[in-house]
Amino acid sequence: MSSDLMHQVGEQANRHNPWPLYAQLRRHRVIPLDERSYAVGRYDDVLALLHDPRLSSDPHTLTDPGDRIITDVMPFIDRDPPSHDRLRREVTRFFGPPDSPGLVSGQEAEIRRQIDTLIGAFPDSGEVDLVDDLAYPLPVAVICRLLGVPPADEPQFRGWAGAVAGGLDAANLQDSQDVIKRRDEGLLALFTYLGELIKKHRASPDDSMLSGLANDDSADAMTDLDLQVHGVMLLIAGHETTVNLIANGALTLLRNPDVLARLKREPAWVIPMVEELLRFEPPVQYLPNRAALQDITIDGTTISKGSRLTLLIAAANRDPGRFADPDRFDPDRPDNQHLGFGSGIHYCFGAPLARLEVHLALATLATRLDNPRLIQDPPPYRPSPVLRGPLHLQVAYDACRIG
Amino acid sequence: MNNSGPERIVIVGASLAGLRAAETLRRDGFTGSLTIVGDERHEPYDRPALSKVALSDWVPPEHTALPRLADLGEVDWRLGMPATALDRRAREVVLADGARLPYDRVLIATGVRNRPWPHTEQAALEGVRGIRTREDSRLIRDLLDAGPERVLVIGAGFTGSEVASLCRQRGLAVTVVERAENPLVGSLGGVVGEVAAGLQRAAGVDLRCDVTVEALEGSGGRFRAASLSDGTTVKADLAVIALGALRNTEWLASSGLVAGPLGLSCDPGGRAYAINGMAVDDVFAAGDVARFPHALYEYEFLALEHWENAVVGAQVAAHNMICHSADREAHVSIPSFWSVQFGTNIKSVGVPTLGSQILVTQGSAQDGRFAAAYLDGDRVVAAVTFNHGRYLEYYRHLIEQALPPPVPVGVAEGNVPEDARFPDPSAPYELPTVIVSGRSPTSMRAQRVGAGKEHR
Repeated sequence: MSSDLMHQVGEQANRHNPWPLYAQLRRHRVIPLDERSYAVGRYDDVLALLHDPRLSSDPHTLTDPGDRIITDVMPFIDRDPPSHDRLRREVTRFFGPPDSPGLVSGQEAEIRRQIDTLIGAFPDSGEVDLVDDLAYPLPVAVICRLLGVPPADEPQFRGWAGAVAGGLDAANLQDSQDVIKRRDEGLLALFTYLGELIKKHRASPDDSMLSGLANDDSADAMTDLDLQVHGVMLLIAGHETTVNLIANGALTLLRNPDVLARLKREPAWVIPMVEELLRFEPPVQYLPNRAALQDITIDGTTISKGSRLTLLIAAANRDPGRFADPDRFDPDRPDNQHLGFGSGIHYCFGAPLARLEVHLALATLATRLDNPRLIQDPPPYRPSPVLRGPLHLQVAYDACRIG
Repeated sequence: MNNSGPERIVIVGASLAGLRAAETLRRDGFTGSLTIVGDERHEPYDRPALSKVALSDWVPPEHTALPRLADLGEVDWRLGMPATALDRRAREVVLADGARLPYDRVLIATGVRNRPWPHTEQAALEGVRGIRTREDSRLIRDLLDAGPERVLVIGAGFTGSEVASLCRQRGLAVTVVERAENPLVGSLGGVVGEVAAGLQRAAGVDLRCDVTVEALEGSGGRFRAASLSDGTTVKADLAVIALGALRNTEWLASSGLVAGPLGLSCDPGGRAYAINGMAVDDVFAAGDVARFPHALYEYEFLALEHWENAVVGAQVAAHNMICHSADREAHVSIPSFWSVQFGTNIKSVGVPTLGSQILVTQGSAQDGRFAAAYLDGDRVVAAVTFNHGRYLEYYRHLIEQALPPPVPVGVAEGNVPEDARFPDPSAPYELPTVIVSGRSPTSMRAQRVGAGKEHR
């Protein structure tokens, strides 16, 4: 029964509105899925488990890893301390304070320029696809520049990144064998591509993250294999998550005209608005692959060692036990401690960059389009139930103002 | 708010607790007159930063104003003016200039001050300084900028250790003198103290434990050297006194409240206790000065010098000052604190000193990255993390739920709880001596007499 609910979350037909399913999943604190597999969806439990050292992100600790990719070399997102800490710290050295302060905030002018270019290409009036014409190309351009990936190569790996993202909870999808095959092919292709790219960065370094990591001669420097898997992880994360936050944001604004109107008058209000968006439409809906390192008992149910645990971020973010009137989009919501970027040691690495991009994109969009309206509601959705967001977002408007 | 609510509120203490209380009052709809009294001339600023970034070249001590989290509306700031008495009969706060501020409710948030160097003449030497205020931080920073040959830090609690860390970061020679067996022992116990000592020594601190400073010596009015109890002498140009804090309660001596060296006693809702043990309805306490029974710790009276304690205590007290009596809240949140020293982020949740044993639950002390739980019997009462702060929430949850510690994760085999090695609370302190007089049980009265009695 409960396991059936999770399968329904996986069904494409429910992609546009998984919320009633999440509400049902929240009825019990622990939801048995398959054998040795459980889900948790109440806010307090998800939060506690995100910080629980008895929970592992390393797929090697699963008794039955199923379709999970397992290699000797995993990125830090799939690791536990201490190697997680060492690798995340090394990547952080080239991304944020204290070693690289101002790197993210220094992207603002370039992000604004990209947004102006993309919106500048919109027709003066008529229709635009906010996914293809803004939400997708913006984060891709930003991550490529930051990582040191030539933008000309983007079309080449676009499909690979999509295939990997689409395969995050493959077992839960109907055409899982095809999805897994495409995922694995995409991953291998990206891995090979990164290997070549790293060589180029060694030969001619620039100020990008990959150059910094590839030419680091400190004691903390990564091995080439580590570098490749982390390059792949950052590329995918930069490709497949922010796009959904921007697209879901645009969709939510268009569904809430009063919010859009106020944002037009008060662009600075975009900051709490995006936090509420992270609660209301989290770009990562659930974390399907945590593993119990010890027996963990919650509410009388023992999740035995080696079992798989799915943390339902999207359900927790709309838990009425934590958020009053949770299905209402309310940017003025007090004490909005959402789990949209996760929590604990795996808290979203790219959160500051994502926030900056989405603040600028949505605030600009709100001020530039006159009378925007959805052509199709709900819009068509991308296949992944985990990285959930519109495939296209056709919007009509009366005029596109010059920035 | 109803019509019978207070119209005049005075907050004594213009620091974190005072500010957060003022914000809460306004946010909860208090529109009456609000007066904030502070003995310093600054509006509320961030103190923890003063021994951390404010001593580096990052943030000058002057740029530490606390952000305002709510519109305070109209406030009568009385800054640079200490309060000298509380007249509960007249409901007035008396200031040093003789001004009397009438109140319907008053919040006592006068905090703590540095325990001074006991010898006044030695303390007056140029180059001898504690760190509590912006001016202290500025002066020490300027002295550090001048490039002293050596800095002496007296006391290896958190403040002293942080100052020593900043000195090493600046490449300055530093000697730390600590009377206990290791740094941080008073707050975190001997087991963790040993790890902290390792951090200091690895960073090049000349750490001297089990030793006290007997005298500060100077020439021409300037500090030059310190003689230690082991017979050695340390030559230095700057002595930073970091001997802990004293609670600012002297001004309440005649108030008839339970105020003394341990703080101003109050109930968990912030209502101060009168000398007869009754909570009063118009005087509240919050922040470092407030001492209240904590439900989670067997109602033991605790006064905590922590950020979160000040914030939550102030919010609770402010709320209770103006709400309906049926809506009063209690301060039962779990205290937490943090420190940054020697490249290590130390965070703690709960009250470590209430634990008798410690168990390393994650990581390893040798690697400098670990989490450890403090236990009272089988129950987790606190935890400390070194570069593992993201797990703190988990331990907070264990403490809140009175749960046992987890089976250690990723920790060497054979790891079992051991004595946390807290020192005996042997520092003498004074409590008011109270006598009870009267004939029948209902006519008996509690009364404070004399200067107080020394307890050990």
